[in-house]
Amino acid sequence: MTRGASLPIAVRQLGKSYGPVRALDDIDLDIHSGEFLTLLGPSGSGKTTLLMVLAGFTRPDHGSLKFGDAEVIRLAPHKRDVGMVFQNYALFPHMNVAANIAFPLRLRRVATVETARRVEQALDMVQLAGYGARRIEQLSGGQRQRVALARAIVFEPRILLMDEPLSALDKQLREHMQIELRRLHDKLGMTTVYVTHDQREALTMSDRVAVINRGRIMQLDAPRRLYEQPANRFVAEFIGESTFLPVEARDGAFFYAGEKLKLPDGPAPDGRCLLMLRPERLQILDGAAPGDVNVLRGIVRNVVYQGDSFLLQARLADGSEIGVRGISTRGAMAAMPRPGEAVMLGLGPDDTVLLRDDSGSP
Amino acid sequence: MTGGVATGKAGPNAAGLRRDARGERIALFGLSLPALALVVVTMVIPVAWLFWLSFFADDGSMSLVNYRRLIEQPSYRRIFLATFEIAASATAICVLLGYPLAYFLSQLPQRLANLCMIGVVMPLWSSVLVRTYAWLVLLQRQGLINGWGMKLGLWDQPLTLVHNLGGTLIGMVHIMLPFLILPLYGSMRAIDRDYLKAAANLGAGPTQAFWRVFLPLSLPGLFAGGLIVFILCLGFYVTPAVLGGGKVIMVANRIANDIEIFFNWGAASALGVVLLVLTLIILWAASRLVRLDRVFGGHGP
Repeated sequence: MTRGASLPIAVRQLGKSYGPVRALDDIDLDIHSGEFLTLLGPSGSGKTTLLMVLAGFTRPDHGSLKFGDAEVIRLAPHKRDVGMVFQNYALFPHMNVAANIAFPLRLRRVATVETARRVEQALDMVQLAGYGARRIEQLSGGQRQRVALARAIVFEPRILLMDEPLSALDKQLREHMQIELRRLHDKLGMTTVYVTHDQREALTMSDRVAVINRGRIMQLDAPRRLYEQPANRFVAEFIGESTFLPVEARDGAFFYAGEKLKLPDGPAPDGRCLLMLRPERLQILDGAAPGDVNVLRGIVRNVVYQGDSFLLQARLADGSEIGVRGISTRGAMAAMPRPGEAVMLGLGPDDTVLLRDDSGSP
Repeated sequence: MTGGVATGKAGPNAAGLRRDARGERIALFGLSLPALALVVVTMVIPVAWLFWLSFFADDGSMSLVNYRRLIEQPSYRRIFLATFEIAASATAICVLLGYPLAYFLSQLPQRLANLCMIGVVMPLWSSVLVRTYAWLVLLQRQGLINGWGMKLGLWDQPLTLVHNLGGTLIGMVHIMLPFLILPLYGSMRAIDRDYLKAAANLGAGPTQAFWRVFLPLSLPGLFAGGLIVFILCLGFYVTPAVLGGGKVIMVANRIANDIEIFFNWGAASALGVVLLVLTLIILWAASRLVRLDRVFGGHGP
């Protein structure tokens, strides 16, 4: 199986309501050809509904869906020619591994010899060579996952959909499969739409991530931009840990606790703002504060040792609780301030991110 | 439990914990005792008694004459053959009628399906005898169907719908249909919809998805229902007696004749024993074919 063709996907004004609930609220989305795009959102956000519309299992109320130049919104699922990996794998229990993988080829009337060759090749690709004769119930979760993947790619679809395919696996295997799925995508080059509620998984695997909430796309960006420049509070809270501090805007500058914030160059938001703090971007300062960082002063509440890292929780003068995460080197742990002691926290200008305060509106 | 001092290799409280485990097992077994007693009284003892009776000739001497007669008289062989043919026909008709209905019900929303299932199960609440006579009312020469058919001019002479094999089958199928539909519907409901979605996604149209995925996955339920229906049909008495008009003689009817007319308990017992053995052989053969624990609702590993 070599790098095959892929198709772009264009979604326009896609709407779907379940009673009063808008599962998809006029979604517009362009997925590039060959891209790995993840739909990320909490449960009930509409991400799975969107994927099911792409696969053809859910009929939307209105909208347009194009694979390449072809309008497919009314096309039956079995004519869409997209591969899909289901959350529970949906491997046919009455067929063995090889028959499962051969299923789409038999439907396409591929010759027997060619079918056998491609099944072998697909098994090889997911590192299950020699497993063809196994029964599905003999396989572990991770192996089933691979068979489901092999079945979804064996007919060389130009679009691959995945519905939380790793959610049933334990953490270690999940992280391993994330890397492997991404590698397979790079090798095959098909346009991939991946659904997950796991923000770390989304950041690890994707070219771009669409954060979805209440049937709308809150932000569509590359992982790094999503993390460092969230478009709003929802995205900031959903991706990574964050706390928000109220910021005062005066004379074209921003102040927290009376001190002027040092900000990166570039435009700052207007209107009411919040300062977004990521625990790992803060550092504990000892002694004199350097002049080029923003300084926050607080009292240590407690320190949690977490193996590879520590989490220090502090209360600022205005009562805000913030967290600081750092690498738990011996030196760092030895110099750690104790609960009740005063602590100074530094935040570099580049990591000082202001967000529009949109609390109240989603 | 007072913690006994540990003795030997056994840790603390080992003996007490073992006693607790044994106590729980005994208590659990106790729950099955009433049912076990009932089965022994109503099943095991009468069957054993029949078995015993079947070895006595008319004159009270012990002999195998009852069994020899079953083999030597062709009429008996014909009755067994007819019984199996009727049971097989009724089962086949049940499958043809029941499978589409069960499929339809399994595709309905759960609440609506539950409502419809009440309709399927409702006939079980009235007696077989009542339902059989109801069919007689419908099917006889001056019955409802002939009456309407002739009034509407569909046919001139009353049709012979009952007092024959056809009438018997109609009655048996009606009575047996719920026994097919219940396990079949259950196994169809248990089929994950994602299998059908996956089939569609992989390129199977609705027809192909049905034949290649749904039907094979529903076979255990179909087999279970078919087996239950077939075995129950083997023992039918009332329906062939009422709707068969004396022309349809199944094993159970012959047993009744032997007792009521000839007072020949030995002959009747031998018939019963042979029917029972044949039924057990069928069950055994079925268990070789399919794992029965899975067929009857239990989930294998």
